[in-house]
Amino acid sequence: MQSVSKFLTSRWGPILTGIVIGILAPLLVKFGNPGNMGICVACFSRDIAGALGFHRAATVQYIRPEIIGFVFGSLAAALLFREFKPRGGSSPLIRFLLGMFAIIGALVFLGCPWRAYLRLSGGDWNAIPGILGLFAGIGLGILFLKRGFSLGRSRAASPAAGWVMPAFALLLLILLVTAPLLGRDAEGNPVGPIFFSEKGPGSQHASLLLALGVGLVVGFLAQRSRFCTVGALRDVVLLRDGHLFYGVLALVLTAFVTNLALGQFNPGFEAQPVAHTNALWNFGGMVLAGLAFTLAGGCPGRQVFLSGEGDADATLFVFGMIAGAGVAHTFSLAASPAGPGANSAAAVIAGLVILTILGLTMREKASA
Amino acid sequence: MTSAKILDVRGLSCPEPAMLTREALLSLGKGTLIVLSDSATSCHNIERTGKLAGWKAEVADEDDHSYRITLTK
Repeated sequence: MQSVSKFLTSRWGPILTGIVIGILAPLLVKFGNPGNMGICVACFSRDIAGALGFHRAATVQYIRPEIIGFVFGSLAAALLFREFKPRGGSSPLIRFLLGMFAIIGALVFLGCPWRAYLRLSGGDWNAIPGILGLFAGIGLGILFLKRGFSLGRSRAASPAAGWVMPAFALLLLILLVTAPLLGRDAEGNPVGPIFFSEKGPGSQHASLLLALGVGLVVGFLAQRSRFCTVGALRDVVLLRDGHLFYGVLALVLTAFVTNLALGQFNPGFEAQPVAHTNALWNFGGMVLAGLAFTLAGGCPGRQVFLSGEGDADATLFVFGMIAGAGVAHTFSLAASPAGPGANSAAAVIAGLVILTILGLTMREKASA
Repeated sequence: MTSAKILDVRGLSCPEPAMLTREALLSLGKGTLIVLSDSATSCHNIERTGKLAGWKAEVADEDDHSYRITLTK
């Protein structure tokens, strides 16, 4: 077992994780997920928010088992390798806000960094301005980090704090399976939540067991290998360390080959699944998301994996994403395949201003 | 023998532990740097950052789930 762990924490770990994601994500599309959305942590958080009734965009409501699997896979790996460690207290409120702004930006692009790379590997060239925006956002975050930005230190926390996310994931699984009608309309008739889309992306999904299984495998591997789609570029620039970058490269190349093999590679800009062609706001949305992820210390997948190993701060970031998805769809901040939403531009600009203020003002005193 | 510089990165999130380690190594040039970490992820990152910069890294796993990484050049 130790040799498996040693392999996964070596430079081969992120590469293996990237290869596994590159095979499994296009397969999830083959078996029912929306196009180029085998895995999208932002879209899936948005779907979960919709299923819980935090927004009423009827086409994007479903409790995605992949996210539940991510949490349990990470939890299992953390427990097995004695890395489950309840901790918290590193600017929790700011992390919640960063989660909100991260998903607001991602939903202007229509995808998190994971989906940006999966869209690219499926031939959706609208992902290119999105990925360039992601790079720009990470670059901005690096500038703030170099100027001394810090969310401060976390401390060991009581076990309860560490178990919040696994308990939440279990609750989601129960709600997914039972879909109870807990609400009442004006006439007293039972009504959601839980809401499940009857058409649109929310209605497209692989079977529960397959999606959960993929989530478990990816969660386990990614917890061990520390796979991170934002740390990938950040560490190359900041630390001259390509360790995580090769994992993302492996993901893109493997997903490209898998998409080709499955007949899912459709190159072009027009008529791409769950995507729009507005390059400016594909770019702008991902600048905001990339900056938020960098300031929070990792991509949305990484935040979910950290939440599974007891990190209460990462848990708050994930809750921020779910709340932010509710805000994005209620206030017309999210884009749709028709293009950016009525208030997408204003949201991205406001988000960038707020995160710049945070980036310039939050400091940890020198410790050495 | 000069006294080793100690860098405490306990509780800091990615990428700060590795970034601060790299900055400290570049500013030291050579000698010994001891980094205190409380996360396995950070510990691996610090070890790798040190090695990439040409330093030798030795990790001591303390009893309380913390790590003491000694970097020498």
